[in-house]
Amino acid sequence: MGVPDMKVSRRAVLSTGGALVVSFALAPSLAGAAARSAGRAADRSLPGSLRSTPMLDAWLRIDAGGITVFTGKAELGQGIKTALIQVAAEELAVQPQAITLVTADTARTPDEGYTAGSLSMEDSGTAIMNAAAQAREIMMRLASERLRQPRGELTAAQGAVIAPGGRRIAYADLVSDRTLHVRAEPRSPLGNPAHRRVMGRSWPRVDVPAKVFGERAFVQDLRLADMVHARVVRPPSYGARLRSVETAPILRLPGVLRVVRNGSYLAVVARREYQAIVAMEALSRSASWEETASLPHQSRLFADLLAWPSRDVPVGRRGRPPSLRRSHAATMLEAEYRRGYLMHGSIGPSCAVALFDHGALTVWTQTQGVYPLRSALAGLIGLPESRVRCIQVEGAGCYGHNGADDAAADAALIAKQVPGRPVRVQWMRADEHKWEPYGPAMLARVRGALDAAGHIAWWQYQVWSNTHSTRPGGARELMPAWYLERPLSPPAPRPLPLPAGGGDRNALPLYRIPSLRVDYRFVPKMPLRVSALRSLGAHFNVFAIESFMDELARAGKLDPVEFRLRHLDDPRALAVIRTAAERFGWRAYRRLAGCGKGFAFARYKNLAAYLAIAVEVSVDRGEPMPRVLRVVAAVDSGEAVNPDGIRNQIEGGIIQAFSWTLLESVKFDRTRITSRDWASYPILRFSAAPRSVEVVVLNRPGQPFLGTGEAAQGPAAGALANALADAAGLKLQDLPLSGDRIKGAMGS
Amino acid sequence: MIRLIVNGRPVEVDDEPSTPLLYVLRDTLELNGAKFGCGLGQCGACTVLVEGAAVFSCVVPVGDLAGQRITTVEGLGTRERPGALQHAFIEEQAAQCGYCTAGMIMRAQGLLERNASPTDEEIRAALEPNLCRCGTHLRIVRAVRRAAEARQRAVASGLSSLGRAG
Ligand code: FES
Ligand code: FES
Repeated sequence: MGVPDMKVSRRAVLSTGGALVVSFALAPSLAGAAARSAGRAADRSLPGSLRSTPMLDAWLRIDAGGITVFTGKAELGQGIKTALIQVAAEELAVQPQAITLVTADTARTPDEGYTAGSLSMEDSGTAIMNAAAQAREIMMRLASERLRQPRGELTAAQGAVIAPGGRRIAYADLVSDRTLHVRAEPRSPLGNPAHRRVMGRSWPRVDVPAKVFGERAFVQDLRLADMVHARVVRPPSYGARLRSVETAPILRLPGVLRVVRNGSYLAVVARREYQAIVAMEALSRSASWEETASLPHQSRLFADLLAWPSRDVPVGRRGRPPSLRRSHAATMLEAEYRRGYLMHGSIGPSCAVALFDHGALTVWTQTQGVYPLRSALAGLIGLPESRVRCIQVEGAGCYGHNGADDAAADAALIAKQVPGRPVRVQWMRADEHKWEPYGPAMLARVRGALDAAGHIAWWQYQVWSNTHSTRPGGARELMPAWYLERPLSPPAPRPLPLPAGGGDRNALPLYRIPSLRVDYRFVPKMPLRVSALRSLGAHFNVFAIESFMDELARAGKLDPVEFRLRHLDDPRALAVIRTAAERFGWRAYRRLAGCGKGFAFARYKNLAAYLAIAVEVSVDRGEPMPRVLRVVAAVDSGEAVNPDGIRNQIEGGIIQAFSWTLLESVKFDRTRITSRDWASYPILRFSAAPRSVEVVVLNRPGQPFLGTGEAAQGPAAGALANALADAAGLKLQDLPLSGDRIKGAMGS
Repeated sequence: MIRLIVNGRPVEVDDEPSTPLLYVLRDTLELNGAKFGCGLGQCGACTVLVEGAAVFSCVVPVGDLAGQRITTVEGLGTRERPGALQHAFIEEQAAQCGYCTAGMIMRAQGLLERNASPTDEEIRAALEPNLCRCGTHLRIVRAVRRAAEARQRAVASGLSSLGRAG
């Protein structure tokens, strides 16, 4: 699909005069989609995002030009474009090549909030599947009238309705402007899951060719006519205030057009990109800042986390209180697990392009949520939302809330100072490392009792952590706004609601346990900036739960896989566990010296994809890093639209989670973040990647889409820790499980 | 003016000699393949070939490169005539976000130009300077192996398909 409208000339942009107006003219029936979805109360009877955007023509357009499908979700490298095209092609009975997909754009697509939480297939995939099926049915009925043939004798194929004698009418000839301007029905004539043509097949990703041929594929590659380059001089630390800066010499540097100063917000605009960097560095040298030591002692972080005031969120209560049952317990265990702050660590630092012209703002952004960003930017710049358009263009993988929205805010603030010229803002590496919101530090305390028969009798779990989302919202969540002369301050953090939860995501074990108590100690104080990192609390909670499950199994002298199976009833949970164990050869496994195996399972959010994973590692006393020899995972994310796409995401999730779990923790002193590049925040490289990863996809045709993107993070962490514990004969309770720690525990 | 040969074409650029090659390629020559990732020689997103050897274009001043042959991913092939690595990366679907991809391909191209049939260990070692945050590592190794094998078959049958301007 590439990126449409990439090389727009300034004239073209201007002639659309605030963009919204134009696309309304281009697509009258779509124009109202956004307004409708914002204004209307959700219709709960409709499937997926049809609830908030019920008109079929907000999702689909069919005309002589072809079939265009609209999604409010964004391609983030997860392959969503390809999967959505497959869904539409299946229900419309056409080839995927026949479909053009338009992704998140406030002037063109439905408002589907954020592309997050592994919900894109559930929200948008479900909406498009149902909208396409209903559109097909409408066309069949129209064709039945036109061809004077009973509906039941017609078939749809290759973009046409076909009658028994071979007479056919193309979709485009059946549909007029208003045909699909109808509300969706609660039920759709969906295709038979037993006869899929396109869904369930590994269709090659539509976005990959542009990336391997060096075509324009990313927001970083946008080049608009008259575009200028900006760089921001970020403060050295969170609380810093700009005391003084000399701008006159900067303005004399080659290519420099402007220095922007607004309170402690400082930026420079130049004609060429490297000129902007040179000027930014000079400006940074001349700036003097007042800093405050606002960060905790890194070495005392977990004591502080426990000591800071917290609010209790009950997550789960079951059975009688523990004191009554304790006497029956054959074995009692307890453990404490800890994780520091983790970085998203995009390989491409955040970037955005903005054009402020004739009182309207257009922003090309890698945001995960064009609509929330539009309202935040409108607030920041002081424009009505109708004068702001946000168009999502891919960036490097973000894995959650990174600097993307802030870079869009930078571009908007600076573009307002250079009206009529597109401004490209590219964050530097240290900007992203130091200013992205991290995945919060976490601590969990677990206690559990095993009865004489080897069943878990009692379980108590408490997890301490900040909020796991500070996404905009409004302008107050945009970091650049905190440094303006009239600064905005971020709103008070709130825990995310259950059942999905935030810090308590997956804090409730899925296992059958008669007496249980799970609590989230929500800590509002957040000295380091934090927000949503892929899977939120699930990475850590599943690591802690699955590590503790192994402790209990060991105490009961039970096999870890058998132990998990005996505490589960859900057949889909049992299926992924059995599949992963069999493919790995769990039962027949023969341990070589220094090697070990580990297992873990979770159902993401306790309501989405099921994933089980087995890992084999070797720990060599002579080597600083353990080796991951073999990984086998089995995943059930409902009906699989693109099995290879699912495998790709799960493989990636496993390797990324290994990096987090083995190597990563953000470093800071009392004033500054000191993890400022890849040397001070190392991540997994090829030498530490597993020797092999096999992912088995358990396809469930006809079942709801459950999402895939975040399912692996927790189980991968748990299985890796369990394998290392098995190989080295130790308990591992602190992340990262880095080489030093393992060697230290081994006493070598 | 500094003269370069970029993807087989002679060009002259008026950038300051201290400008890192990356910005000359992206900003002056409007090529997309070399990516900005760190500007510090730590991630490999900006990898291109200079005289056939992989370099971090973000830390090499263009003034040092007068007259030299530079190859970016755009120089390896097109949709109609893909280079061996480009073809293999698509076959293996060796990308998630794809931001590291062009750098990986160029690093691998540098390897294949000096070692036509690398082992998996040699591929991993050669790719070590390049980071991928999406965790696509194993697919990337497979793609490089596939390209090496395809190229060997092509050599055996008298064709060369490593890429046009290698
Ligand atoms: S951008 Fe050149 S090595 Fe990272
Ligand atoms: S594919 Fe995203 S960084 Fe490698």
